[in-house]
Amino acid sequence: MTNPKPASKAKSTPKARPQLPKSPTGIQGLDEITGGGLPKGRPTLVCGGAGCGKTLLAMEFLVRGATEFNEPGVFMAFEENANDLTQNVASLGFDLEDLVARKKMVLDFVYIERSEIEESGEYDLEGLFIRLGSAIASIGAKRVVLDTVESLFAGLPNPLILRAELRRLFRWLKDKGVTAIITGERGEGTLTRQGLEEYVSDCVIVLDHRVSEQTSSRRLRVVKYRGSTHGTNEYPFLIDEDGISVLPVTSLGLQHIASFERVSSGVARLDAMLGGAGYYRGSSVLISGTAGTGKSSLAAHFADAACRRGERVLFFSFEESPSQIMRNMRSIGIDLQPWIKNGLLQIHADRPSSAGLETHLALKHKLIGVFKPQVVIMDPLNSFVIGDNQIEVKSMLMRLVDFLKTRQITGLFTNLAQSGSPVEQTDVAISSIIDTWLLLRDIDSGGERNRCLSILKSRGMAHSNQIREFLLTDHGVELRDVYVGPEGVLTGSARLTKEAENEATLLIRNQEVELRRVELERKRTTLEAQIAMLRAEFAVQEVASSKIIG
Amino acid sequence: MTANPDRLGQAGEKAAPRKAAPGHYILKLYVAGQSPKSVSAITNIKKICEENLQGRYELDVIDLYQQPQLAQGEQIIAIPTLIRKLPPPLRRIIGDMSNTERVLVGLDIRKKA
Repeated sequence: MTNPKPASKAKSTPKARPQLPKSPTGIQGLDEITGGGLPKGRPTLVCGGAGCGKTLLAMEFLVRGATEFNEPGVFMAFEENANDLTQNVASLGFDLEDLVARKKMVLDFVYIERSEIEESGEYDLEGLFIRLGSAIASIGAKRVVLDTVESLFAGLPNPLILRAELRRLFRWLKDKGVTAIITGERGEGTLTRQGLEEYVSDCVIVLDHRVSEQTSSRRLRVVKYRGSTHGTNEYPFLIDEDGISVLPVTSLGLQHIASFERVSSGVARLDAMLGGAGYYRGSSVLISGTAGTGKSSLAAHFADAACRRGERVLFFSFEESPSQIMRNMRSIGIDLQPWIKNGLLQIHADRPSSAGLETHLALKHKLIGVFKPQVVIMDPLNSFVIGDNQIEVKSMLMRLVDFLKTRQITGLFTNLAQSGSPVEQTDVAISSIIDTWLLLRDIDSGGERNRCLSILKSRGMAHSNQIREFLLTDHGVELRDVYVGPEGVLTGSARLTKEAENEATLLIRNQEVELRRVELERKRTTLEAQIAMLRAEFAVQEVASSKIIG
Repeated sequence: MTANPDRLGQAGEKAAPRKAAPGHYILKLYVAGQSPKSVSAITNIKKICEENLQGRYELDVIDLYQQPQLAQGEQIIAIPTLIRKLPPPLRRIIGDMSNTERVLVGLDIRKKA
């Protein structure tokens, strides 16, 4: 009786919970959302409207399986023939011909022409089974894709038979132990036109291609995943030259490590204002101000300084083209060209309206992931606000800032404040997630505009509370002390006038002092002369007197 | 039964050059083993051919279990499938051939009523 006890004890010890075996897709981000991939040995339904990327997702699943996980796959296409498919995915860098030649993949195009087919009596889909079975056996396939099996309904008569046969097919696939993706076109009110979701119920992924405010964004959602936890949000995804990448924006935890390292802002006086050392590495910096207050110039300074330290900088510009930025920055003595040449600086310029917010976010994630910068600059943020999407913009930026922080990337954003609106408020309402906030302001007095910089907040450092006048010179940004006197804070020519005035007053005073001194000296000389004379007189009298006495 | 794999390969290749007299039919019936539908399809089509095309047809019965690789080349999905190779155009009839009328229409032996 002693034996069973340790055994039962061992059983009760905490161990990793049995996980559903999963088949990694190799698609960026999708494996994170699904916690490791699609259910192994089971069919997964991928559905969505036309052009949402179903075929591509399925194809990438097979290609990655064949190339990265040594799991050969069978692609059974009901809509595109093998040539078309090969050509279509070649643009994503998938060489299907090579995979087929290396026996890593079988492409089978099922051609059904309704007009050629006559029905006489009952039939079944055994032909499809045999065909698929032989393809699977020929390369030892572990993965199968049936790309829009629903086309069968258009090509073959008698939907009742088809339904029964499809049900049998999915069971058969399960028995075969292959991990399958079945794609389906989105139907009215149902996930797929023929209600395939009723048969394939282990895992259902819905793709979506949505257009709002005239910009489109692709999204992916795991509707169902039997026997496993999964991210339930809608995740944006991208289709580009590397295939699909899904953006898992699940990590909204505030777990990032705060760095004590400081990085220079590129402007010595500004560093001095920021507790003498500049920004924290990995912090988020916001520069806000009205038009023409020098936001981009400060950003460029920071970029320049970072490149000088040998760090990589990713500059997202939403209003100016790279060459425009470079020309403009050269005019204030910042030459960014060499940094671009040696690869430390990348400028990405696109209009915010070029894609949906999610797509932007996904793109940025991707670029950051590839380039691995230490500094990210976005200039300006508020151009994302189109119409009434502030909440979305805020959530996007929050995710971006979190992402940057977890990677210890210093983010610098600029925000164009509308003149008239309170400057301490950003259009995109992200002030709360910003660590260091610099405020640039125009002070309009005495017939001129002067730029002023102040630090609205800077978490975790003793920063200056003073306003500095801010000059854009041909050798960059210069900060000057403003005139603070009985008449208040003066800037620009008022400051200069005041300073001149002060100087004049001082001069007059000096002159007065000098005058007094001279007069005093003269008096002293006169007095001394008088004394000497008196002395001499006395001496004469003394001599005379002593003679008489003597 | 004429389900002879070797013969089929030849017949398939030579079907086109061996263009027989007009009105000559080359038919291929794809079945899956001895399944009830397959068996009845074979019986039915033989009967139909004998009654309507006597002396001017060739019928091959191919068991896909024996030659699964043929399914892809011939674009077979449904079983049983009868393919009319000749005369052109290519025609397919699926099912157990129990509806004689439709088989005849499908083979263009009889015009649609």
